[in-house]
Amino acid sequence: MKEMSKIVKNITKLVYGFIIIFGFYVIVHGHLTPGGGFQGGAVVASAFALLLISYGQLEAKKLLKVDIFSLLESCGLTAFIVIAFLGLGTTFFYNFLANSGGWFGNAVTPGINPGDMNTAGVLPLMNMAVGLEVFAGLGIIVLLMAEGAEYTNKEGEHRNDR
Amino acid sequence: MKLMDHIPALIIAVPLLAAFLSPVVGKINKKVVGILAALALGFSLIFTIILAVKILSVGPQVYVFGAKSPSLTLPSGLKFPIRIIFQIDAMGIFMGLITALVSFLGAVYSLAFIDKNNGIDKYYSLLLLLAVSMFGMELTGDIFNFFVFLEIASMASVSLICYKGTERGEPVEAGFKYMVVSSISALMVLFAIGIFYGEYDVLNMAALASVIKYSQLDKIALGILVPVLAMKAGAVPMHMWTPDAYSEAPAPITMILVAASQASLYALFRVVFSLYNITLNTLVVGWIIIIFGLLSMFIGVTMAIIQKDIKRLMAYHAISQTGYMLLGVGVGLAVLANPIALPEYGITAMEGGIFHIMNHALYKGLLFLTAGALFYRTGTRDLDKMGGLAHSMKYTTIFFIIGAAAIAGLPPFNGFASKLLIYESVYRFNPLLSIIAMVVSILTLASFVKVFHSAFLGPQLPQFKEVKEVPQSMVLTMAVLSCLIIFFGLFPDLIVKNLVHPAVMSLIEQFKYTGIVLGGR
Amino acid sequence: MIGNFPYVTVAVSIGCGLYILMFQKNLIKLAIGINLIESGINLFLITLGYRKGGVAPIYTQAPAGKAMVLPTPQALTLTSIVIGVATSALVLSMAMMIYKHYGTIEVDKARRLRG
Repeated sequence: MKEMSKIVKNITKLVYGFIIIFGFYVIVHGHLTPGGGFQGGAVVASAFALLLISYGQLEAKKLLKVDIFSLLESCGLTAFIVIAFLGLGTTFFYNFLANSGGWFGNAVTPGINPGDMNTAGVLPLMNMAVGLEVFAGLGIIVLLMAEGAEYTNKEGEHRNDR
Repeated sequence: MKLMDHIPALIIAVPLLAAFLSPVVGKINKKVVGILAALALGFSLIFTIILAVKILSVGPQVYVFGAKSPSLTLPSGLKFPIRIIFQIDAMGIFMGLITALVSFLGAVYSLAFIDKNNGIDKYYSLLLLLAVSMFGMELTGDIFNFFVFLEIASMASVSLICYKGTERGEPVEAGFKYMVVSSISALMVLFAIGIFYGEYDVLNMAALASVIKYSQLDKIALGILVPVLAMKAGAVPMHMWTPDAYSEAPAPITMILVAASQASLYALFRVVFSLYNITLNTLVVGWIIIIFGLLSMFIGVTMAIIQKDIKRLMAYHAISQTGYMLLGVGVGLAVLANPIALPEYGITAMEGGIFHIMNHALYKGLLFLTAGALFYRTGTRDLDKMGGLAHSMKYTTIFFIIGAAAIAGLPPFNGFASKLLIYESVYRFNPLLSIIAMVVSILTLASFVKVFHSAFLGPQLPQFKEVKEVPQSMVLTMAVLSCLIIFFGLFPDLIVKNLVHPAVMSLIEQFKYTGIVLGGR
Repeated sequence: MIGNFPYVTVAVSIGCGLYILMFQKNLIKLAIGINLIESGINLFLITLGYRKGGVAPIYTQAPAGKAMVLPTPQALTLTSIVIGVATSALVLSMAMMIYKHYGTIEVDKARRLRG
């Protein structure tokens, strides 16, 4: 993938930070507003895709490393399953933080209100874990596909192996 | 005692944790990943055995995820359960035992079989996910959850089929075919789930079974579910993915894939028996399943005879053996509404069909592992290029003989036990079916005599002078499978009475399945 | 009448998807076919949960006495979309691998497994 024109590169430079922040906003507010881990993670990953397209594969690879993404992905997934394990005192996946008064432990007030971040127990934590996993996972997919496209681009390079 | 309550969840939770940890562990040390996977699946096997003992002595178990207590299916006077529930009866745990055994042995076999190249951590991660998804399909009581596990199973197995895809094109081609087939089937399952949800507003299978009426929409849903699940199980005429996928996957994965397609078969039986039961026109649906079975048996074995590739040949035999299971259970379904014929031969036919699932997983797994062992040492799967391997690979030869005799239905191996049950009972339903089944069995024997002759017998070939016996962990797994085959063949009564009969009864008696969730209704 | 329009769309898009899977030879087109079926089924689920005049099913924003649309089909659809993303990624990357090995993405030419 080659780099694109100067206009695209400059706009990307302006915008991609905001896209990432918006993605994290969607992840963190997953238990209050539409969206959540997967949606926010996909938004963050789209910022990486934008970087990749506008700067080209070689330039973007300095910033985005597959190894780090792979590690983040595993961390997200492990965090998710560990939170599920923590509820094992009652049942697997039990929401042990909800209404406990501590972290994310406030009771939900019914009716029309702006919403309280500090509610919903383990759901926000799980949203964050999923968000971490999704943006890392989709980032890996985008990066590896770009690399694969590089392979397939060159004419006459495919090995007709048998 | 506290841990005992959580065993249904731990069966899937432990391998899931290991699956997510293995990329991290793989970064630190590549050798530990395989041991981690084998350990996790070993834990699962132990948990499954404990759960099986509990279920067979006490009765079906439920596990409600995220509820205040694991058995709280209907909190505060709700009419239908809302949470994801694992509901495990004798049939479910029977399949769970097969899955646990096969995936554990597959992981142990992989320790030596898969070379330590770059993707080893991903390989074990996917293997664990495949095992988890199979457990999920067999233990879950929520029909949408079943769809999710079905999709995870297809994605994990496709990625594993393509494991050698960076070096050769054929595995990717097989994987693509399988992916298209399995995504269509999974999406169609989702469509049927949508129909159920729109009609009855429930997703729990037990609750669904208690309200189902066999209306026009239910007929459409059944018409979608039966062929689609038969396609995932690899029955003719939707079998085109099976030989490709089975022959191109690494040998331990092929063994697990056999169990994965049987999980779809289990889902088919679950839908027909537990969801619809006698509301169906059992004779028609039973005959449809019987015809699927006959076609699979006959076309599978005839295609197998002409194959040159050893794993492709075995894959066609896998299709043919699936036919026996469909035949046995189909006969049971056809006489389900008939109170005289059912106890007389219907139950025996179903026992044969269900027992054959376990036997098939054992001997077909053993045969695929021996094929993998041959490939590991000779580097080829072409039967014309092999020969005289009995000189150098003595254990593998013995294991192959045991597997081949079991699949052909020779006494005293386990294939004989279940095939005899099928022949006897199906003969009373319709003699022609039984005769076809016997002919197929003879053709199976013929085909395996050919394989044995061309791969193992004859003078030692010069290019295979250096060939040694395979590493110990591979011999060990094959030995375990062989011992089980002989044990099941010598004491079939023990297994049929204690494991298979309860499984069949929990399929036939619908309230046994619905009652555990909905209470004494 | 107009209320049934989504179901017509569902039928059309699933039909198109099945047609593509049966009669097209290009691997990328097959991936598009799978996605069409999937979106048809997602639309089917969403339509099942729609109630006329219902509001979004968010717990804190429910005005008294107003109907909500059903949240369960929306959750099902979200799950199905997530699975769909993974499926598409897998199918497309396999198409790329096939192109790399065989030099073509036409089904007729990229076919070595026979019999």
